[in-house]
Amino acid sequence: MTDLLTLAGVHTHIGRYHILHGIDFGVPEGQTTMLLGRNGAGKTTTLRTIMGLWPASSGRISLDGQSIEQSPTPDIARLGVGYVPESMAVFSDLTVKENLILAARDGPLDDTRLEWIFGFFPALRRFWLSRAGALSGGQKQMLSIARAIVEPRNLVMDNGTIVHRGEMAALASDATLQERLLGLSLETHQ
Amino acid sequence: MTDLAASAALPKPSRDMLPVLLPVILALAMLPLIGSPSSWVTLTVASLAMGMMIFIMASGLTLVFGLMDVLNFGHGAFISVGAYAATLVLLPLAPYVQADSLWLNLAVLAPAAVLSMAVSGALGLVVERVLILPVYGQHLKQILMTTGGLIVAEQALYALWGPQIIPLPLPTSLRGSFIIGDIAIAKYRLLAMLVGLVVFASIQLVLNRTKIGLLIRAGVENREMVEALGYRIRRLFLGVFMVGSGLAGLGGVMWALYREQVHASMGNDLTVLVFIVVIIGGLGSIGGCFIGALLVAAFWCRSWRWSRIFS
Repeated sequence: MTDLLTLAGVHTHIGRYHILHGIDFGVPEGQTTMLLGRNGAGKTTTLRTIMGLWPASSGRISLDGQSIEQSPTPDIARLGVGYVPESMAVFSDLTVKENLILAARDGPLDDTRLEWIFGFFPALRRFWLSRAGALSGGQKQMLSIARAIVEPRNLVMDNGTIVHRGEMAALASDATLQERLLGLSLETHQ
Repeated sequence: MTDLAASAALPKPSRDMLPVLLPVILALAMLPLIGSPSSWVTLTVASLAMGMMIFIMASGLTLVFGLMDVLNFGHGAFISVGAYAATLVLLPLAPYVQADSLWLNLAVLAPAAVLSMAVSGALGLVVERVLILPVYGQHLKQILMTTGGLIVAEQALYALWGPQIIPLPLPTSLRGSFIIGDIAIAKYRLLAMLVGLVVFASIQLVLNRTKIGLLIRAGVENREMVEALGYRIRRLFLGVFMVGSGLAGLGGVMWALYREQVHASMGNDLTVLVFIVVIIGGLGSIGGCFIGALLVAAFWCRSWRWSRIFS
């Protein structure tokens, strides 16, 4: 099986700190890959580097054969990469619905897909018109994940799932079966 | 779209009405100090009109502050340039400005306002590319660059138009006041209030009812996540900066007509006022900016009267 995402000799510096020291790994297509490590090992930095939020200082990152280490973040996202940050980063001032409207970049929300998401996260249906800032921590995580998968993606990188690992595993399994959701990088601190 | 029940939504947080009521409370508190109810109404309308003009000038700055985290001390340059750009239309077409016809007057004012916004918006594009782009995220350098830009713009206006104050008379049909009993309400102030309300409503409509507005609101909160969703926020920044500059230009021409004069330092003079409004309103908050402008104008108008009484 070919790798959807490949990192080869990736180094990342944040200011004068050298965080990633030559990372090499591949994320096979159609599978769930989990990045494990102790606190401070560089898991978050790895995902942020893939997203272009902290650009790699050297090394090669390729997605579906395309080199992305120099690409700006929006271009990487447009290649079909969904990202769930550690902080969840929901837009607190916007409603759940507005958060998902923004995440559906290519057009209006798809009802069928929404129903699929509500199947995993029923709370999002209940709080559809509520401000995201008023949600509980777990519900914000649900929203953050929903935002990453509200449209078909090639790769979903989840850096935030701690509480809902069970649901995420089910979601990952279901997604890989039903969709062209090719890889899902699930990272945990526990 | 699936019909989703909103009945089960979280209880809405109680809205703090005090900031909204503050201008009203302040205006009412002034009544016993001013004494005459007719003077109070006249001053209140005057302060509302001034507040609207200040809001138009400050609204762009608060968006730029909130979205781009840019301290633009050169915002006043857009105000001055907008006012000067309007003279390019209003002075050559002075016979239409002096004609005793509201429609003829408006037919000249409208293109003058559009030109002001276009020139200030274009200047905004240049300022963002040349002065601000190299210093994103560096507040001290932003202050130095934009303050320098304001000085250069002011001196350029002196060089192009000369040091004299340019008279800019109000159109004939906007002169004078409507008299209702003892109350005098200046016609131009009513127009200023109308324009201010239209600008406020338009901004609110865009921010709350369009995807661009959602992006701006989301960008104010978390720029990085907006980019991670695939939006090129740099373009959005540029667009907001240009619109903000254009609004400052519109405010500049309205202020110039209010004062019936244009001079190169008017933008510099108004910068402090505009910053006070933006800070009172909260960075990035259009509603806060609106209330802040009304509060500052209320103090300004009445303090002017008190200074006359006590001097």
